[in-house]
Amino acid sequence: MLANLLANYEEAVAVILFGIGFTMLLFQNNLFKKLIGLNIMDTGTFLFLASMGYIRGRKAPIITDGVTDAAAYINPVPAGLVLTGIVVSVSVTAIMLSLTVRLYRRYHTLQLDEIYEMSKHQTEDR
Amino acid sequence: MNFITNFPLFTIVLSLFSGVLCTMLSGKTARRYTVIYECVLIALVSCVLYYTVRTGESFTYVMGEFPAPWGNEIRAGILESLLALIFLIVMICSVLGGSRFIDLDLDFSKVNLYYTLINLMTAAIMAILWTNDIFTGYVFLEILTLTSCGVLIVREIGRTTLAAIRYMIMNLLGSGLFLLGVVLLYDITGNLLMIPMQETIARISGDHRTLLAVTMALGVLTIGLAIKSGLFPFHFWMPDTYGYATPTSGSVLSSLVSKCYIFLLFKIYYRVVGIGVFEKLPIANILLVLGMCGIVLGSVSALHAEHINRMIAFSSAAQIGYIFMGIGIGGTAGYTAAIFHILAHSVTKSLLFLTTPRLAEASGNSLLFKKLQGSGLRDPSTGFFFGAAGFSMIGIPIFAGFSSKLLFASAAVGSGSRYKMVLIMIVLAVSSVLNALYFIRTLIRIFSEGEDKRRTTVKHGALYAVSMSTLIAVNLALGLFSWVFTGLIEKGLQMFG
Repeated sequence: MLANLLANYEEAVAVILFGIGFTMLLFQNNLFKKLIGLNIMDTGTFLFLASMGYIRGRKAPIITDGVTDAAAYINPVPAGLVLTGIVVSVSVTAIMLSLTVRLYRRYHTLQLDEIYEMSKHQTEDR
Repeated sequence: MNFITNFPLFTIVLSLFSGVLCTMLSGKTARRYTVIYECVLIALVSCVLYYTVRTGESFTYVMGEFPAPWGNEIRAGILESLLALIFLIVMICSVLGGSRFIDLDLDFSKVNLYYTLINLMTAAIMAILWTNDIFTGYVFLEILTLTSCGVLIVREIGRTTLAAIRYMIMNLLGSGLFLLGVVLLYDITGNLLMIPMQETIARISGDHRTLLAVTMALGVLTIGLAIKSGLFPFHFWMPDTYGYATPTSGSVLSSLVSKCYIFLLFKIYYRVVGIGVFEKLPIANILLVLGMCGIVLGSVSALHAEHINRMIAFSSAAQIGYIFMGIGIGGTAGYTAAIFHILAHSVTKSLLFLTTPRLAEASGNSLLFKKLQGSGLRDPSTGFFFGAAGFSMIGIPIFAGFSSKLLFASAAVGSGSRYKMVLIMIVLAVSSVLNALYFIRTLIRIFSEGEDKRRTTVKHGALYAVSMSTLIAVNLALGLFSWVFTGLIEKGLQMFG
């Protein structure tokens, strides 16, 4: 069990990072810290993909010295997935930041529980 | 005839293009354009449905002609085209029925951007329905999340911004888990296309430890999509989100977006894991239990709501429970019931969300029950539309709600286990009584004379009446000709795996 964990320490770290980010996104009260949690969570997934996609001793799949044997290269798909994931993560973070700015302008705080408390006293029927 | 196999891709590309185009049009033109192009989409999807029914098998469209393990694929069968058709009808009716409120709730210069969001959302919905590649599914899932957040925050009041933040946080947790699940499955199978994944999983599923890994990955993925679609106990964000959004957004979010997540999950069970392997895993039973809890507790919360839109949102939570219960029951009968309920609920719930703001308008712009007294008399046509949808929710025969309850009951009888059957029957009975309680109470309230005795003859546009009537017609069609639809769904399920 422990030997397995040590052999795959990169994946183990990635999953721990995911867990840290997940709990931060779920339980942090400060909106900005929540966003940092979101980014840690995504980074954990990317680390997992990148470390799984890399095979020690093989090269990036660009033919420079005439070797066309697939066994000499790593699979480029995981790297492609990481890039796509980063693009998604950036756009999600951007929209969350803009929402945070809008909330801050209205309530002048980033603490979610205070914002909830204030919103209870609002009367907006429809 | 082979030209039709291009149509699924056309629907996605056309929607994406329309989204970009609408940023350059004025608000009014953008609306006209959106309605026209969605009619074109309906025509395209109808062609695909006709083609697949006639040939009796699904077809795979290989993009760029890269064969199986490398390329990206679209696959269309009866099930996907039927869902796409009904979803597009609901989408177009939501846009037409709520367009007056879009003009009221939005700044004049931003109306066209709303239609941009709607078109991008249509693209994401179409892509999730058609795609045969799990990572494409993830990308469009995120587009769906972003656009649904967009249609939520266009109404700039404090409550919607707060609801949107909460909605986004829950959705991001869901997306993160979904991505992790996809990555784990990719790790196990080495493929992103659904059919090769299924073949690999079928080959390795004999080994106990590998099966455990698949179960874990699938569990993570299921929790992610359950959070996003609002299965109990993750349903608490629904009332705020649906309750205060502009009517079109509320209708689209509750009736289409959450259903898309469920359909993607169902597709992964059916096509990635393979239904034979999936039925050996314990996940279905967990979904069954959570679904039943959701049905009962959602209805109980709806009973306590003092705000009509919150009541409808809680009832949405209960209906999501029904769909997951159908998946949990399993077997062709269970899946047919679940898919039928997706259709029935999306035509009913959109109708409810589009009529309540008009009732509120006739009662001093308030959605609180005590102010709504007699609103159905002040605005008879809206009262009639709301009543029809309410009857469908309760499960009065000839409406869609009745047929889907009947399908769930017969699926439960055929499920094989006596305990399961009794439990499901009890839940169905309890939820029907609760549904009847809160909808009949609402109907009595809006149709009984209150202090406000004015008879304001509200003039609605013709388009509103047409779109509401269309939704009721589809609802009645689902109820009266349910055997046609269940036949199509069963055929679709055969070619789905």
